[in-house]
Amino acid sequence: MFLLKQKSTLPGFNLALGYTVFYLSLIVLIPLSMLFLKTSTMGWGAFFEVITSPRTLAAYRLSFGASFVAGLVNVVFGFLIAWVLARYRFPGKKIVDALVDFPLALPTAVAGIALTSIYSQNGWLGKYLYAVGIETAYSPLGITLALVFIGLPFVVRTIEPVLQELDGELEDAAVSLGANRWQIFTKVIFPTLIPPLITGFALAFARCIGEYGSVIFIAGNMPGKTEIAPLLIMTKLEQYDYAGATAIAVVMLLVSFAMLGVINYLQWVSSKRIGMN
Amino acid sequence: MAVHLRSEPVWVRWTLIGMALAFLGLFIFLPLSMVFITGLNKGIAVYFKSINNPDALSAIRLTLITALVAVPLNLIFGVAASWAIAKFDFYGKSFLTTLIDLPLSVSPVISGLIYVLMFGAQGPFGTWLRDHGIKIIFAPPAIILATIFVTFPMVARELIPVMKAQGNDEEEAALTLGASGFQTFWRVTLPNIKWGLLYGVILCNARAMGEFGAVSVVSGHIRGQTNTLPLHIEILYNEYNFTAAFAAASLLAMLALVTLFAKSLVEYRYRAELKAALRLENHG
Repeated sequence: MFLLKQKSTLPGFNLALGYTVFYLSLIVLIPLSMLFLKTSTMGWGAFFEVITSPRTLAAYRLSFGASFVAGLVNVVFGFLIAWVLARYRFPGKKIVDALVDFPLALPTAVAGIALTSIYSQNGWLGKYLYAVGIETAYSPLGITLALVFIGLPFVVRTIEPVLQELDGELEDAAVSLGANRWQIFTKVIFPTLIPPLITGFALAFARCIGEYGSVIFIAGNMPGKTEIAPLLIMTKLEQYDYAGATAIAVVMLLVSFAMLGVINYLQWVSSKRIGMN
Repeated sequence: MAVHLRSEPVWVRWTLIGMALAFLGLFIFLPLSMVFITGLNKGIAVYFKSINNPDALSAIRLTLITALVAVPLNLIFGVAASWAIAKFDFYGKSFLTTLIDLPLSVSPVISGLIYVLMFGAQGPFGTWLRDHGIKIIFAPPAIILATIFVTFPMVARELIPVMKAQGNDEEEAALTLGASGFQTFWRVTLPNIKWGLLYGVILCNARAMGEFGAVSVVSGHIRGQTNTLPLHIEILYNEYNFTAAFAAASLLAMLALVTLFAKSLVEYRYRAELKAALRLENHG
C-alpha cells in the first residue's frame, strides 16, 4: 500500500497491481532483458563488429530508409484520406472508414503474398509497371509499397480525430475577415495539424522498421540489396548465430524505444496545447 | 450559409474524394480481391480441398488453440491492470503504463527472438528443460508465449481509458451499500466497461490468430505440428502452390473483414460508453 498516493475506499489494489507486475515481468520484462544479458556476454568488440558489418549496415539503411519514405507517402495520402473522411459526405463513406483499418486487421503474411502477386512481373499491376521498366517486386520499391500498406492506418487515425475537433468558428472568423479557402487552409487549419502529422509519421515509421510478414515476400531478400533488418535477424538465427541476431536486435530495439519517447513527448506537447486552450 | 463558406468548391471536393478513394482502392481493395480471386481461380472444389486437408486443418487447430489461450490470459491481465491504473493513484503509474505498451513497439521478429534466447538450448533454462524432456521452443508453448507477447497490451489499453472515465463514484456507492469487492466489480464495474472490453478482445483475437513474424521465429515450421495458419500459408506460397496459399489466406482475410465489421459495430457502443462516462465526470 506504500505506493498509493492517497488512501482509497476501493478494494483490490494490492491484488490487481501485484498481478499486473507479476504478469508483466513474466511475459515482457524478463524475456526482453534476455537481449541485454546476451549482449553483455558477447563483449563490446564483437558487438560492434556485428552491428557495423557492411551487411548489417545495408540492412539498417534499407529498413530505416524504406520506412522513412513509406512514412512520408503515408503522411501525404493519410492526410488526404483523413481530410475527406472528416469533412466530406459521399456514398459508402462508412465502409471506406472501416476499411482504413484493414491493414491492421489483415494478417501480415496474407498482405505480403497478396502484394507480391499484384506487383510481381506477371501480376495485375506488375505487368504494366515492368513493361515501362519499373521493377516493383524484389526491390526497395516493393519493400516501400508493402510498408505504405502497413503504415497507412496509423497516420489516418492520428489526424482524423484532430480534424473532427477543429473549431469551425475560427474558420468563420477567417472568412469574415476576407480570407479565401486556400489562405484558411494554409494559415488556420494546417498549423494545428502539424503535431498530429508528425505523431502519425512517427507511429507509422516505428511500426515499419520492425515489420516482417508483409515485407519478406516482396523483398527479394538479397543480402546487401533487399535484405531488411528483421530478416537479417531471422537469417542469423537460422545459422544458430544467436549473439549476432541479438546484437542487431538490440540496436533496433533502442531505435524503437527512442521513437516511443519522441511519440510520447509529441502527444504530451499537443495535449498540453489543448489544455491551455 | 456558414457551412457552404466553410467548404471547398464542389470540383475540389470531388477531386480530393476521388484521389483518396483511388489510393485506398490501390492499397486495400486490390490486395483484398487478389486473395479471393486467386484462391478461387481453380474452382470451388479445389478451394475446399486446399482447406480441408490434414495439414491445413492442423494449422487451423493450432491457430485456434493459440488464440484460445492467449486472449483470455491477456483479458484477465487487462482487467487487473486497468483496475489498478484507472481506479487508484499511485507512484510510478505512468511508467507502468509505458511498460505495458512496450510490446507494441517491439519488432515481431525480436518478440520471437527473446523466447528463443530464454528457452532455447543455449538459454538459462535450456539444459534443465532438455533434461526434463520439456519442449518449449519449436513447439506450441513457444508459439503461444510469443502470441501472448505481441497481443499483450491490447485489452488493457482499451479498458484503461473507459475505466478512468467512469470514475470511482458508482463503486464507492455500491461498497457503502454493503456490496463485497467482488460483487461491486461484477455488478457495477463490468457492465460499465463491457463494450470496451469486447472491443479489446476483438482486436486482440485478430492479432493473435494472424501473428506471423514472432511465431515464425519460434515455431520450427514442422508441418502438421507447429504450423499456424499464417505459417502454413508461407510454406504453400514458397512451394508455388498459389491457389492453396490464397485459399488458406482467404480464411484469414475473412477473419479480418469480420473483425472490422464487429469492430465498427462495437466501436459505436464503446465510444458512447466513453462519452457517457466523460459527461458524467464533467457534471459530477
